[in-house]
This record gives sequence, C-alpha cells and structure tokens, in this order.
Amino acid sequence: MNTRGLRSQLKDSVPVAGLCPQGSYGIQDSLRSGFTSVKNELLPSHPLELSEKNFVLNQDKMNFSTLRNIQGLHAPLKLQMEYRAARQIQRLPFLQSSNLALDTLRGSDDTIGFEDILSDPAQSETMGEPHMMVEYKLGLL
Amino acid sequence: MATLAVRRAPLGGFSFENCKRNSILESEASKVGFSVPTARKTGTTICGVVFKDGIVLGADTRATEGMVVADKNCSKIHYISPNIYCCGAGTAADTEMTTQIISSNLELHALSTGRQPRVATANRMLKQMLFRYQGYIGAALVLGGVDCNGPHLYSIYPHGSTDKLPYVTMGSGSLAAMAVFEDRYKTGMEEEEAKQLVRDAIAAGIFNDLGSGSNIDLCVITKGNVDYIRPHDEANKKGVRHGELEGVQLTGDYRYKRGTTAVLSKVVNPLDLELLEETVQTMDTS
Repeated sequence: MNTRGLRSQLKDSVPVAGLCPQGSYGIQDSLRSGFTSVKNELLPSHPLELSEKNFVLNQDKMNFSTLRNIQGLHAPLKLQMEYRAARQIQRLPFLQSSNLALDTLRGSDDTIGFEDILSDPAQSETMGEPHMMVEYKLGLL
Repeated sequence: MATLAVRRAPLGGFSFENCKRNSILESEASKVGFSVPTARKTGTTICGVVFKDGIVLGADTRATEGMVVADKNCSKIHYISPNIYCCGAGTAADTEMTTQIISSNLELHALSTGRQPRVATANRMLKQMLFRYQGYIGAALVLGGVDCNGPHLYSIYPHGSTDKLPYVTMGSGSLAAMAVFEDRYKTGMEEEEAKQLVRDAIAAGIFNDLGSGSNIDLCVITKGNVDYIRPHDEANKKGVRHGELEGVQLTGDYRYKRGTTAVLSKVVNPLDLELLEETVQTMDTS
C-alpha cells in the first residue's frame, strides 16, 4: 500500500551524500547546484526526492511488517529469503538488468507506474565506467 | 583530468536533478523581472451526476496557459475502461498521464482477475498514486462509471482525498456548476433530464468563469452502453456574434447599396483613343 506518510519516511531515509561536491571534476558546479552552503548539502532539492528514492524499500518494509503481524514470523522470513535470492540474479554491475524475478515476487510485474515510463534506466545517456564498477562490486577498489 | 566515478544503479521515475538549479534560476529571474513559463492548466468546469440508470459526466473544452487560451477544443473526459470514464481538471499533462496510467493498470488488473473492473478499484488506484506524490501532481478528477454494483461517482482531489457523492463538480468553475446542481438535483432523474442538468451546470461554468469556455462535452454511461457526445452543445461559437443567431446580419459587410448617396450633377467626357498596334500571344497549353 502506498499510504505511508512523508514524515515517517524521513526518519529511515538513506543519508544524502553531503560534504563532497556534486559536479564532475570534483569542484562545486555553481550553475547546477548553486553556491555551497550546509543547507544545500543536507536538505534534498525537492520534498519528494527522499520519499521517492526510498519508496520501494519502504513499501516492502511495510508489507513485511503487516505480514508478520498477520501471519507470524516465518512468512516474511521466507519471503525475504526469496527476495535475496532473486536479487542475486543480476547482470554485470554497469549493465541494466530486468529484475523480472524480483518484480514477480513483489507483484509489480502487472502494474505500470511513473518509474516505468519516465527516465527508463535502460535508456539513460550515461553509464558507469565498467572496470571501476566491477572493481567496486568485488571490493578491490 | 576528470575523476572516474562509481554510480549506483539508476532508478526510473521522476528525476529531481534540476530542482535546485530551477529554484535558483527562478529567484534570479524574478529579480531581473522575467517570469518562469507556467504549466498549461485546464482551468475548467467538470461535473458529474448519478441518475436512474447510470452516470452523466460533463466538461467544458478550454485549456488555458496563464491568461491565454491554449486549446479551444480540448477533450477533458478521459477513457479509463469501457465502463468507466474520468474528467480531469488542473494541470493538463498531469490529468492526461495519470488517467492513462490508471487505465493501463486497470486493464492489466481486469485481465488478471478476469472480471469487469469496478469504479472503486480505479478510485483506490488514483487515490494511492496521488497521495504518494503529496499533491505535486496537480490532477483533480471526477471519476464515474457503472459496474456490477450499479452506478458510482467519485471526486478525487490532487492530494489524494476522495468523496463518493451523487453529484460532484471540480475545477475553477465548480462553484458556478455546483450552484446549478444544488438548485435542481433530484434523485432518480431520467436520462434527458440529467443531460439537461449537466449541460446547464457546465454552461453556468462557461459563462461565469474565465478559465472555462467553448463547447460542452457529455458522456452518458449506463449498464452496457456509453454515449460519448462531443460536442453536445457549442455554447460559444467563434466568429459568430450573438445577434446573428436571430438572423440579423451584424458582422462584416460595409458595402453601401447603389443610390445611398444622392447624385447632384453628372458630366461625361468621352476620350478618343486610336488603336496603334495589336499583338496576340498564344498560350502554350500542350
């Protein structure tokens, strides 16, 4: 269910990468992000940014906790094991994988939302540097 | 030398990259005196009414962009499923995309359940999506349809609240339309009476609200049949002055009849011309 309020999501949000400049070349990109200020770094640029970034995670968390309350501990435990297994079936880190198994488990394989229409990751103009991405994933970096 | 970066896998959906830049540009531009372009709104009158056998939905057809009419004949009654239609007010793109997404989702859902979709399902899907975006998607909708449980009519606000009522109006002309409804609505009306009521409500919105205008579209939904009447009534015809409807010619002819000006005296001077040369040039018509 998508009815989680905004405030509760701010508490368990992934921290915004502050203190390191956002632009390429490692210096502050004044045209895009404006002048440096602590407020700029810490707060998201749009109230919905954090909420959207963590939407799927929070939805899963809520579904699992509901399931735990209704059906006991074993049901979400088993499902999470299946999620973990499905998440391991991926392509190389710099390639986009379809996540079909994960979608089927979540039940989002027969729904369409803005995440399927807008900025489709399969058609993004930039990509991570393949060697660096693989090294990062293997922990060699 | 540029630094190489490891990026996390990109997510689909809305991208907020330019928000900071946009807010900075907006504040800078307003200091100099320019204004940022606004989104095209529908500044609308939409309404719906439940009658004996089903639903009548009505909408005007004007889309505005600030103070200018962007589209004189836009279609505001969107298809959701064969038995459910939805009128949209607010930002035109938002209503269009939201109704299309919900229509697709409802179709997939119907294929998966094997049953005709219900209006409550569409309502629930719309409400959850709009709440997720906390009102930033500016779509105010009037959703109506007939399913296995009878006719249902909902109004859905941009922040995600919904109302299930026998008659609803939305948009900038909603007060004018609601005044007509409050005066003349009765339960269990016949189809013609309901169509006339909706037509009058939308006409009240068109004539009393700047954001609504042009024609009146109607959609009559009954069990097993949908009548999409576009346009039902052309309340404002462009180029026709009001008086011309009665047959009196008011526009455009500035010619005067012969004899309007009295002739006082007449002098004729014949010119003698000689014919000097005559040439004929044939056209090549092969």
